[in-house]
Amino acid sequence: MNPHDEHKEGIGGMANPGRYGIERIAYWLMRLTGLGLLGYFIAHIYETSNILRGQVGWDEFLDLTQTTEGHLFLTLVIGMCVFHTVNGIRVMLGHGGIGVGKPARPDYPYLPASQNSQHKIGIYSAIVLAAIAMVYGMAVMFGE
Amino acid sequence: MAQTPSIAEEKTSSAVSSSKSITLRIARFNPQKDSDTSFMEFKVPVEKWTTVLEAILDVKKHFDHSVAVRYSCRQATCGSCGMVINGKPRLACFTKISELNSDTVTVEPMHNFPIIRDLAVRFDRLFNSHHKVKPYLIRDDTDVSSDTKEILQSPEELEQFIQFSNCIKCGLCNSACPTMATDSSFVGPQALAQAYRYVADSRDKGKDNRLKIIDESHGIWRCHFAGSCSQVCPKGVDPAMGIQLLRGYMLGFRS
Repeated sequence: MNPHDEHKEGIGGMANPGRYGIERIAYWLMRLTGLGLLGYFIAHIYETSNILRGQVGWDEFLDLTQTTEGHLFLTLVIGMCVFHTVNGIRVMLGHGGIGVGKPARPDYPYLPASQNSQHKIGIYSAIVLAAIAMVYGMAVMFGE
Repeated sequence: MAQTPSIAEEKTSSAVSSSKSITLRIARFNPQKDSDTSFMEFKVPVEKWTTVLEAILDVKKHFDHSVAVRYSCRQATCGSCGMVINGKPRLACFTKISELNSDTVTVEPMHNFPIIRDLAVRFDRLFNSHHKVKPYLIRDDTDVSSDTKEILQSPEELEQFIQFSNCIKCGLCNSACPTMATDSSFVGPQALAQAYRYVADSRDKGKDNRLKIIDESHGIWRCHFAGSCSQVCPKGVDPAMGIQLLRGYMLGFRS
């Protein structure tokens, strides 16, 4: 099919969040962290399945997480987990129509009520909490 | 394909006086002939009140009348001149060049709509989706069978949906939607906001019918509340709010 047939923006359009403010960045981060956590979940199942190899096999695999790369990977997982949880709560509340404002006659310049400060604070909180959790995680892991 | 002629250098019958000029880049694509989009560049004189549509019409008048663009009212009422201006969907008649803060203005056809030619796109899918959610009052009685010719409504009841009645079906919301960027079957923010408009109308009795229509795999559940639709709406409809409130009905938060 000719790409012009539907003229879809495609993944490239989704991956260009800068044009639509922090809400679109949160949308993009939510997707990325969701995929990241799914990857971690699969890796985690593989990791725990190493128990079938006995004590030695388990210890061998666990040693991988005790390296610098392993610590950085786990720090990323902590960040993804915290952001996805906090932003997920915000999005779920929004999906129920909570905190998205009330319908009213719009006045120019038509600032959308659904993109209100409560949601912006929720997004920034998710980012800040994720950053704090990552720093704390690094302090614990690298401080060992 | 690129050319940079200037209206100021050209001898024309109309008087053109301007302190500033910008480069207008227009996407050219004819699905009958071209394999890919190219851009043509024109130097266009602008005043602080010049709109993008006026600049395009200047180009059509002075340089290349074959540039395809759809427009009508020139006052953000008809919803015809939606296009991507400097990367963001906007109405060309409602966007002043001075507010873009750029010496180069790039205009492209709206995303997620098939291109007819250049800046003109097909609206079939938008209108089909709009029609699908039954954008009219559904009642058991009718004016013909009922003695009552008017269905009274309080100002508070009107407030529940009047905002969503402002939709001019320009398609900018569908163009900005990240779900529509990849999902060919998604019903889209325009139609979902209109579904809410009628569900929230106290005169309407078709709520269950409409909720059933949008409760499908490519229906309302594909909206992830990115909010881009509301940010580009030129009429303050706020489709994202309507969709979330509509979902509130489906999740049992509203009745």
